[in-house]
Amino acid sequence: MTAEALGLGGLAVVMLGASLGVVLARNLFHSVLWLALALVGTAGLFVLLHADFLAAVQVLLYAGGVVTIVVFAIMLTERLVGQSLRQTNRGVLAGAIAAGAVFVGVAGTILRTRPPSETGPALTTAALGTAVLTEWVLAFEVLGILLVAALLGALYLARTEE
Amino acid sequence: MLQAYLLLAAAMFAIGLFGVLTRRNAVGILLGLELMLNAVNINLVAFARFGAGVGGWVLTLFTIAITVTEVAVGLAIVIVIFRVRRTVDADHLHLLRG
Repeated sequence: MTAEALGLGGLAVVMLGASLGVVLARNLFHSVLWLALALVGTAGLFVLLHADFLAAVQVLLYAGGVVTIVVFAIMLTERLVGQSLRQTNRGVLAGAIAAGAVFVGVAGTILRTRPPSETGPALTTAALGTAVLTEWVLAFEVLGILLVAALLGALYLARTEE
Repeated sequence: MLQAYLLLAAAMFAIGLFGVLTRRNAVGILLGLELMLNAVNINLVAFARFGAGVGGWVLTLFTIAITVTEVAVGLAIVIVIFRVRRTVDADHLHLLRG
């Protein structure tokens, strides 16, 4: 239990620091790198929660796929040298107040409830596969259609006019 | 222990919300959105560990897949906007403002 608490504490520091880097970094490129760190930290958290398969998916799809796509988009929309890569925040005070209010509201609710303290039965990746293809199969198929439609749509939008 | 995970996710969600509200660059706004969705995934996996069963994992898998499509479509739109308007500054994109 103490090992879990230690791991959680260390990961929390890394993830929150990286999250702040994402929203505060002046250079857009640095923001993306901070995001990659935050997402890898989340994968570590999934390992801590005994969700090994999801940790692998997180690294492959999020830290690998999403970060790559974002880097491509930045290179297509910004000049890599010069001022254009700089970005600023506006309404920092109002944004901080709104985000802080949301955090206080959610944290207050979390702390007022009595969540279960014992961990449930151990889950396996095999159980995940069975659940996806039996109980959740309709959502799974719809998700496949969504993936095809979204990626075709993205391709159509981003195509060059010729 | 569950509360610690939930609080971490809430903090990450709030930071992402701050980014969405304050960033000027459209890509920066999308990055904040990523943080918020990621925080939701932490909640789902934590609930699955503390007795909610495998459903939490399934929903996390779905969220990750949907996030990837969201990023693909969102960035395609950003690229089109940049091609037409030569800017991705959200403050300068007020074509639909009445």
